[in-house]
Amino acid sequence: MLVADRIIAGAIMALSAYFMWHAVALPIGWEGETGGPGGGAFPFWLSLIMMLCAGGILLRSFAADAVASFQFDRSMLRSVVAVVAALVVCIALIPIAGAYIAIPLFLLWYLKVFGGHGWFLTLSISVLTPVFLFFFFEATLKILLPKGFTEPLFFPLYAMFF
Amino acid sequence: MDVLALLAEGFATSLSPLNLMVVILGVTAGLFIGAMPGLGSVNGVAIVLPLTFIVPPSSAIILLAAIYYGAMYGGAVSSILLGIPGASTAVATTFDGRPMAQQGKAGLALIAAAVASFVGGTISVILFTLFAAPLADVALAFGPAEEFALVLMAFTTFVGLGGDDKLKTIIMICLGLVLSTVGLDLISGQPRLIFGDMPGFYSGISFLVLAIGVYGVGEVLYTIETSKSSPQVTPAKITFGELALGIKAMGRIWKTMSFGSFMGFFVGMLPAAGATPASLMAYGVAKQTSKHPETFGKGNIEGVAAPETANNAASTGSLLPMLTLGIPGSPTTALLLGGMVMWGLVPGPMLFIEQPDFVWGLISSLYTANFAAVLINIALIPLFVWALRMPFTVLCSIVLVLCIVGGFAPSQKMHDVWLIAGFGVAGYLLRKADYPLAPLVLALVLGPLMEKSFRQTLIAEQGNVFAFVERPLSGTFIAIAALFFVLPFIKYLRKGTRSGIAPAE
Repeated sequence: MLVADRIIAGAIMALSAYFMWHAVALPIGWEGETGGPGGGAFPFWLSLIMMLCAGGILLRSFAADAVASFQFDRSMLRSVVAVVAALVVCIALIPIAGAYIAIPLFLLWYLKVFGGHGWFLTLSISVLTPVFLFFFFEATLKILLPKGFTEPLFFPLYAMFF
Repeated sequence: MDVLALLAEGFATSLSPLNLMVVILGVTAGLFIGAMPGLGSVNGVAIVLPLTFIVPPSSAIILLAAIYYGAMYGGAVSSILLGIPGASTAVATTFDGRPMAQQGKAGLALIAAAVASFVGGTISVILFTLFAAPLADVALAFGPAEEFALVLMAFTTFVGLGGDDKLKTIIMICLGLVLSTVGLDLISGQPRLIFGDMPGFYSGISFLVLAIGVYGVGEVLYTIETSKSSPQVTPAKITFGELALGIKAMGRIWKTMSFGSFMGFFVGMLPAAGATPASLMAYGVAKQTSKHPETFGKGNIEGVAAPETANNAASTGSLLPMLTLGIPGSPTTALLLGGMVMWGLVPGPMLFIEQPDFVWGLISSLYTANFAAVLINIALIPLFVWALRMPFTVLCSIVLVLCIVGGFAPSQKMHDVWLIAGFGVAGYLLRKADYPLAPLVLALVLGPLMEKSFRQTLIAEQGNVFAFVERPLSGTFIAIAALFFVLPFIKYLRKGTRSGIAPAE
């Protein structure tokens, strides 16, 4: 998949340009009065090196004897995309419906639909993981996870542990 | 002996009930993490780091070091029982470990791996104890110029000695350094690279966010792809007879093991090298110096012992520059360094003066961890055989949940969780395209130090760039760095001329 190699090299070049565009907000040259480079110099010049190297990789991929380093097969790609999508949905759901809805739903999907496990295993992990998270983070470390609209349901639990 | 007195005081810290418990817990967790194919010490430390808020900072570092240690032991388990290395550091262990398991000698191979790990760990911890204080003394003389030169040297080892594509290595170093500049400028205090005033970027990008993204989420995505089918676990039973037989067999190959330990320790100190190349080198040397090299790869016990001594010794070796100089010798120690900075225990020579209790407590905990690891490893072998049957989907789903919650916990911002997901996908794609990830993580951790020391030097020297080469120590480091940097070019040119001459003959 030389195309994938090229896309990644191109994306790195674009990212470098984006970094450089933001870096110039601060001086990138030599500061006469303080001695030494300005605040934007480090990110700017390093991004430039990054861009040149990525350009080198891009050019190299057009050589006659170029070998692709990026390999994948389609069935596996589908699994990876499915997991990434589920992860994104889960993270998006956390501030709205709370971690204690989003995480069990994610586990339910992962174990039952994606993993094809039985109900007993799926349900026990989907229930025990949030219980562990509650006791570890909230009850012991006093780090409150986002609860979204389920917040009122936790008031009795807060009263018990805090 | 001054060192012995300090070490004795250290044991007073590390043998306290809490720390002893922490070591046992860490080693056990590390053993399982290491044994799981796909998860190694670096993944374990990244995922567990946010959970260590539960104990005081010094115990948290002891816990993480114990996980690191345990993972080195655990890596051998799946190499032998599954034929899949549990971590990249245990690749060489599959060469002879797997054939031994197939011949029904899985138990013996596991004992050999555990004993070899113990020997490698012990020798390297003794070396560590001897070198730590003198090295920290030398490092006390370092100013910002030396610090910059040292960091530069650490990065150039990746270019000169790393096995990856040079252009890709340079890109990853630069990317890590640029990401480390996000937030407020160290000198002027102005915000930079905040990408359209996104408030989440004002506090910079935490090393933890990148590490959890790349080594947690990214690793799971990589594992999904490479391990859809259930692995075949070779059964292993341990009897006391086998234990005695194993230890007796190990006594005959002490030469291989001590060589592996010394070499592993020194190779491990280099940021670009580390445990994987050290174990491969130890395997190669053991094979070459053997009287029966043809038995290697067919289940020779020496082929299990050599890499296992070397990878454990290397993991201790990589702790040495991290603790004494503040320059990590491996991605895992880079995370330990980041964790220590987060808790206000900044590694470097000053730590030996300001926090001797902590430093020697940590060093002595390596002895305890090593001892605990060999006992727990052998005792829990039946449990490993059972745990390795656990389907990947169960492990992966739990790891992903821990990544989300663990990423949220330190800063309590959803911004960081989104970044983790982003870094996870990016890390997965970069890894697929053969971009090395270790320099990226190291650069993000060392970036602030590198920029600060560079600009401090120039301000102090009124902008004189030659200040870096005029000072003898930093000049030497810069010269070595330059050498590492041009090394690949020299190799390339020599290869070029040689192949150019060959057809003419």
